[in-house]
Amino acid sequence: MKVDSIHTGIVLDHIRAGRGMDVYRYLHLDELDCPVAYMRNVRSEAMGRKDIIKIDANINVDLDVLGYLDPGITVNIIVDGQLVEKKKLSLPEKLTNVITCKNPRCITTVEGALDQVFLLKDRARGVYRCMFCDAERKSKALR
Amino acid sequence: MRHLIDITDFTVEEIEAILDLGDEMIADPAAYKEALRGKILATLFFEPSTRTRLSFESAMLSLGGSVLGFSSADSSSTAKGESLMDTIRTVSCYSDIIAMRHPKEGAPMAGSLKSYVPIINAGDGGHNHPTQTLTDLMTIRRCKGRLGNMVVGMCGDLKFGRTVHSLIGAMSRYEGVEFVLISPPELKVPAYINDELKKKAIPFREVETMEEVMPELDVLYMTRVQKERFFNEADYIRLKDTYILDPEKLRTAKTDLSILHPLPRVNEISTRVDDDPRAVYFDQVRNGRFVRMALIKTLLDWRNEA
Ligand SMILES: [Zn+2]
Repeated sequence: MKVDSIHTGIVLDHIRAGRGMDVYRYLHLDELDCPVAYMRNVRSEAMGRKDIIKIDANINVDLDVLGYLDPGITVNIIVDGQLVEKKKLSLPEKLTNVITCKNPRCITTVEGALDQVFLLKDRARGVYRCMFCDAERKSKALR
Repeated sequence: MRHLIDITDFTVEEIEAILDLGDEMIADPAAYKEALRGKILATLFFEPSTRTRLSFESAMLSLGGSVLGFSSADSSSTAKGESLMDTIRTVSCYSDIIAMRHPKEGAPMAGSLKSYVPIINAGDGGHNHPTQTLTDLMTIRRCKGRLGNMVVGMCGDLKFGRTVHSLIGAMSRYEGVEFVLISPPELKVPAYINDELKKKAIPFREVETMEEVMPELDVLYMTRVQKERFFNEADYIRLKDTYILDPEKLRTAKTDLSILHPLPRVNEISTRVDDDPRAVYFDQVRNGRFVRMALIKTLLDWRNEA
C-alpha cells in the first residue's frame, strides 16, 4: 500500500489535527485485517494541519459515528483508483452504542443488556441526551 | 402501546382529557367503582415510597381493580440478582398495567422497552415523577379553572427538586405563564432549565425572597430545603427561615393565591397556614388519587383501542 494513493478503499480526509486517533478508535479500525494508514499533521490550506486516515478496503464505515465525532470530516470512496463518491456527514439524530452514559445514577450503569442510546436534542450546540436519564453529552467536534 | 415515563410523553390535549376524567371521577366516584373490575395493577417499588404506592393502590381499588407487587428491592427478585428487564417481562405477564418506582434514573423507560403492558413511572431517582406533575396540574386547574395566564412562584430547592423541574416543563406548554423562581443562590434551577425557558421566550425571574414577589403570585409551589444540600451548617441556618412560609409572609398575597406542596413537608410551611383557604396541599393528595385513577383507566383504554 502506497500511503498517498489507494486503489480501492476509503480516505477519511479533513480530520482535525490530532483527532485521527479518536476516529481510529471509535471506528474500531484496529480490528481490520487490511492495511490502514494514519497520517498526522498533514499540511492543509483550509485547516493549517489535518489528519488523514486511509483504509485499503471498501469497508462499511459507520457514518453516524463519524458525524458525531466531527461532521467536517470528508469521506472519499475510491474504486479502481477513481474517486466515486464523497459522502457528506451530519450529526446523527440517534447514536446507539457509540458513547456511554457518564451519569452514575443512570440505569444503563447497572443493566448490562441495555443499549446505550443518545438522542440529538440541539443540533446547533451538538447536544445529545441519554435516552434513559437525559444526561447531556456534547459532540466532540463542537466541544 | 403507550406508557407514562415523562410528563411530556403526553400532549397538552391528552393531559386535558385525563384531568377532565379525573374531575368526573371526583364528582361521581360511584360511576367508576367497577370500571376496571378484573384488571390487575402491579406496583413495583424497587425503592420504598409508601405514600406514592398507597396512592396508586387506592386508585386501582377505587376502580374495582386489584393490586399486587412489592414495596422494596430486598423483597423482590432483584435481591437474587435478576435483571430489571427480566423482572418487568415476568411481572407484565401477571398484570395489566405496572406502576414502577426505581432508584436509578431511566429505569421505567428501560422497563417499557420490554414490558407487555403499559408502564407508569412512579419516580426514578431524582429524574422524573410524572404522576406528581399530573397531580400538580390537576390541583392548579381545579383551583384556577385554567392552566395558562398566571404567575407561578416556585420556592425552595429548585436545583435538586425534580417536581419543580417537571412542573416547569409541563406549565411551559400553556400560554401566558410566567415563572418566579425563589431560592437561595446555591439552589437555583439548573442551567438547562434556564436555557429552555429562554429558548421558548417564557418570562421568568430569579429572586431570593418570597416577600418581594408575593403580591404578584397566582400559584406558590413550595418545596423542601434540605440541610444536606448546603455546604455548611451556618448557611443552612442563615437561609432556612427565608424559605419557610408563614401567615406573616402571606399578608400581601392575593386572596385567590393557591399554595401547593408535593408533600411530605418538614417545616417549610408553618402549620399555622394549614387552615388558610389558600392552602391546597391536602387537596393535592386527594387529587393525586383521582388523577392516578384517570391515568390508569386512560392507559388501559388506549391499549384496548390499539
Ligand atoms: Zn443515562
